[in-house]
Amino acid sequence: MDEPVLQVEHVRKVFGDLVAVQDVSLSLPGGGSTAIVGESGSGKTTLAHIVVGLVRPTAGRVMACGRDRTHRPSSRRERRERGREVQMVFQDPYASLDPRQTPAAALDEVLRLHFRLGAAQRRTRVSELAGLVGLDDRQMGAAPASLSGGQRQRVAIARALASEPRVLILDESVAALDVSVQAQVLNVLADVRARTAVAYLFISHDLAVVRQVADEILVMRHGTVVEQGPARDVLDRPQHPYTQLLRDCVPRPGWRPQRRRVPAGKEAQ
Amino acid sequence: MSPLLEVSGLTVRLPVGHQPKPVLSDVSLTIAAGEALGLVGESGSGKSMTARAVARLLPPGAQVEGDIRYAGTDLRALRGQQLRELRTRVAVVFQDPRAHVNPVRRIGDFLTEALRLTGRVSRREATDRAVRALDEVAVADGRRLLDRYPHQLSGGMLQRVMIAAALLTEPRLLLADEPTTALDVTTQAEVMAIIDGLRRQRGLSLLFITHDLDLAAAVCDRTAVMYAGRIVETRPSALLHGHPLHPYTAALGAARPSVTTRVDRLATIPGRPLSAFEVPDGCAFAARCVYAQDPCRTHRPELASVDEGEVACLRAEDLRETLAVTHG
Repeated sequence: MDEPVLQVEHVRKVFGDLVAVQDVSLSLPGGGSTAIVGESGSGKTTLAHIVVGLVRPTAGRVMACGRDRTHRPSSRRERRERGREVQMVFQDPYASLDPRQTPAAALDEVLRLHFRLGAAQRRTRVSELAGLVGLDDRQMGAAPASLSGGQRQRVAIARALASEPRVLILDESVAALDVSVQAQVLNVLADVRARTAVAYLFISHDLAVVRQVADEILVMRHGTVVEQGPARDVLDRPQHPYTQLLRDCVPRPGWRPQRRRVPAGKEAQ
Repeated sequence: MSPLLEVSGLTVRLPVGHQPKPVLSDVSLTIAAGEALGLVGESGSGKSMTARAVARLLPPGAQVEGDIRYAGTDLRALRGQQLRELRTRVAVVFQDPRAHVNPVRRIGDFLTEALRLTGRVSRREATDRAVRALDEVAVADGRRLLDRYPHQLSGGMLQRVMIAAALLTEPRLLLADEPTTALDVTTQAEVMAIIDGLRRQRGLSLLFITHDLDLAAAVCDRTAVMYAGRIVETRPSALLHGHPLHPYTAALGAARPSVTTRVDRLATIPGRPLSAFEVPDGCAFAARCVYAQDPCRTHRPELASVDEGEVACLRAEDLRETLAVTHG
C-alpha cells in the first residue's frame, strides 16, 4: 500500500452551537480514491473545506504530503506549497471559472505561479492537460460563456490538475451535469487517475456515481462517520441502518418508496 | 375511454433575439384518468416546456401550435374565470419549492389562499382543510406549521407543503416538474411515496418530469423520452427501461452508472444534448448516434406504433436485436 498522502485525525468543527463535524478520521493512500457520502447537513462539505484549508478545524489535525495543514501557513511559500499539493473542483461549473479568462489562460496562470517554465514549455503543458480531460485547442481558447457545463467542468478539472496535486477534492463535481455528460466526466476522472498519481477525495450524495469512482467509502450523518470500508462492502452489504436506508432509497424498477410521517414540531426553530 | 389529457402536434416557439425559435416540435402524448406518465430527458429537451404549455404557464411571446385537451376541453381557448377553474383541476409542483412560495407570507396563508379566492370557503373551513391536506402528505400535527414562514422549513418539508397546496383544490391531474431533484435521497423517497400514494388513493393522473430514467421506471406506468424538443419513444415503463427501442433511450440508460456494479468505462454519448432549434435536417439524435446511417441525416423519423408504444427511429426494427443484446 502506498504511503498516505492525506491523513485526517480526529477532526472536529463547531459553528456556534452546531457540531458540524465530530471526530472524523480518514487516511487516503497515494493514488487512492475515497468517497465521503452523506446528505445535506452531514458535514461532508465542511470536512472537504477543512482539508483544503478554507475552514480551520476546532480540534484535530490534517496532514497532507507530510505537511501539517491544521493551522494558518507561516509564509507565502508555505501557503503556495499547500495550494499545490491539494486542489479542489466545485459543484457548479458556471460559477467556478472567471468569465473573462480563457481556459488556456487560466491554466497558464497556475503554471506560472507554481513552476519555473518558459512560455513554450507552458504552452506544451497546457495542451497536455487539455488532452488529459478531452478538450481541443478551440475550446481552450474560447470564452467560458461559449462552453457547455460539461466542458467547463473539464476545464475546472484541468486547472486543478495543473499544479500537479497529490490530492484532488471533488465536491459534488458531477452532480449538476446531464446524465450523458456526467458519464463523459466520470470517464475522464478514471483516465486521469490511471495516468497520474493523483488521489481523489470524492464528496457525493449519489451512491451509483460513488460506486464508479471510489475504492473506499465513508458514510457521514450529522457530522459523524456511521460506516466506513471498501466501496464494495459498504454498497453491497451495508451494516449501519442509515447506510441501508440510503441504499434502499436508490430508485430502480419495482421500487416502492416507503412513506414516513414527520412531525411538524421537528421543524420548530 | 377517452384520455384525461390529450396533447397532439404541440409545437412551441419562443422569441430568441428577433427570431422565434422552436423549443417543442410536434409533441403528442396522452394520460388516462389515474395513469402516471413519466417524461424523461436531459436539459433543453423540452420536458418542462411541455408541462408549462399544459398549465398555460408559457413565457410571454410564445407561439403555440397544436392541440391540448383536458377532459375534452381545448385548453388553449380558456380565458379569465375558466382558466382559474382549470388551475384548480390541473395542479403543478415545481423543482425548487423556495422559488414558488412568497417568503414573507406564512404557510397557512399560502395554503388557504387558493380556497379563499375561488371556493367561497370560510377562513375556518379553509384552515381545517389545509390541516387535512398536510396530514395527507404525512405531516403530523400540521396546525403547528401554519404560522411558520417558508425559511423556517427544510426543503423536504416545504415540498410537502407545496404538494398539500396543490391538492387542496382537489385536482384530477398533477404536473410534477422534477419535484424531488433538489432533495436528499431519503427525502426523495418519502416525497415519491407521498405522490405515489395520493395517486392511488385519489385516482390522480400524473405527468412526472424527471431526468432520471430509473426513477421514472419505478413510479410511472408509461415513460416518454424526449430529445431536442421531440418525443423519441413512449412505452410501458418496464419495457422501455428493460428493452429500449430508440438508440437514445438505450444510450441514456447505459450512461448512468449503476449502484450494483462498477464498469471499466461508462458507455458515453459523444457531444452534448441539443436544443430543438439547433437540430439540423433528419433525426435530431443522428450526430450522436452510433447506429446512424445516411438516411438518418436527411429523413426525420415520425413516431410509429410498436410493442405497446411508439418509437421515432428509422432503424428501430433493424436495431431491435442489437439494443436487446447490449441492454437486455
